[in-house]
Amino acid sequence: MSTLSEAFSTSFALMGGLDAKLLGIVGLSLKVSLTAVLFGSLIGLPLGAAVAVGRFAGQAPVTVLLNAFIGLPAVVVGLLVYLLLSRAGPLGQFGLLFTPTAMVIAQTALITPLIAAFTRQIVADAWREYHEQLQSLGAGTLRATFTLLHDTRFSLVTVVLAAFGRAIAEVGAVMIVGGNIDGVTRVMTTTIALETSKGDLPLALALGLILVGIVVVVNASAHLTRQWAQRHYG
Amino acid sequence: MAETGNGMFPLVMCNVGFAAGDRAILRDVNLTLEAGRRTVVLGPNGAGKSVTLRLLHGLLWPTTGEITWGGKTAQPTAQAMVFQRPVLLRRSALANIEYALDLAGVPRAERTDRATAALARVGLPHVAQRAARVLSGGEQQRVALARAWALAPRILFLDEPTASLDPAASREVERIVADIAASGTRIVMITHHLGQARRLADDIVFMHDGRITEHTPADVFFRQAQSREADDFLKGELP
Repeated sequence: MSTLSEAFSTSFALMGGLDAKLLGIVGLSLKVSLTAVLFGSLIGLPLGAAVAVGRFAGQAPVTVLLNAFIGLPAVVVGLLVYLLLSRAGPLGQFGLLFTPTAMVIAQTALITPLIAAFTRQIVADAWREYHEQLQSLGAGTLRATFTLLHDTRFSLVTVVLAAFGRAIAEVGAVMIVGGNIDGVTRVMTTTIALETSKGDLPLALALGLILVGIVVVVNASAHLTRQWAQRHYG
Repeated sequence: MAETGNGMFPLVMCNVGFAAGDRAILRDVNLTLEAGRRTVVLGPNGAGKSVTLRLLHGLLWPTTGEITWGGKTAQPTAQAMVFQRPVLLRRSALANIEYALDLAGVPRAERTDRATAALARVGLPHVAQRAARVLSGGEQQRVALARAWALAPRILFLDEPTASLDPAASREVERIVADIAASGTRIVMITHHLGQARRLADDIVFMHDGRITEHTPADVFFRQAQSREADDFLKGELP
């Protein structure tokens, strides 16, 4: 019990003192996960909407795969990206393994299916309501897809924030492809894992609290966005 | 509009059948609609009225037979449809109409003026900047009518536009439909409201069990329906 309270007070001191090492780790975490969310959204949003609106052979299996990949284990994604980027792998020549870029690639791969799957569900529901009207107005498939993405934008914000939550909280993928190199690829989750095993609980706990804080803020923003949108746009 | 709509009429359904899977919904439907009239489609639920309207509007394709516009099979663009439940986008009422004008190929410079004028014609100039989906049901339907009207269609299809509205909102919608008709647009409307049919219709198409049993001038229809099904329907409706 004393260890815990000691850890808490030291961790608050670290946070309060804006410890440079701590800030570096938090900063890298945010940078990697936000970049992954950017790329994941650029791919996942149009992909999910296209699967919802388009009519093509294999629509059902694609939907099932997207849904199945929502729960993709982070370590498995890490392993696959590791194999791609390792020196002997197909992308080995770029020397990306154990760099923040590799971590962005891994997290993008992790959350793109999640964004695409939830986007597909949301857009498909909207499409059921809108398709006759949009068809009547003469909207082609491409135009309808972007109209639906725009019209469901507030629900999609929640999806993107959930994806960010998943990215910043995962440890398996970034640990494998980043390597947890001090000052280079060390992020919040990998530091927590490492410092805990070393017995340095205050730093681990401080990062843990910040991580939880970020996830709570993200979810609160999602909630408030939806409430505000419901009131203003119906 | 890309097409002015000249030569759209008569709109003819020739031996049209429509099936969903194995289930036949329409059988051998023949109908000729001339320009400049107000036609009301009556009939019990499941008679095939909505499917007929969607076939005419081009949302569905006939399984058998064909639909021709002025002798041609091409779907003209100078047409619009208003649905039972208005489907408006999450943007302002004005932007909803501008969106439809954009899809119809109206140049950007003209859209706002046309959309503003359309909202004024349905008596809603004050909601232009309000989010469309938080308006009342009656206001939403009027925005949907304004959107259809802004497209300057030669023919307007309406599928029970007042079914989910209260009497005051229904009367307002009726007035707007009459105004749209007076501006030269041909009206084809489904309703279950016989009073509305009497007030609006020049002629009545009665449907029963996937067929048209009669297509009669409204005054004749309400004096003495020509088909037994319509007669039974009216007796059931008007005790």
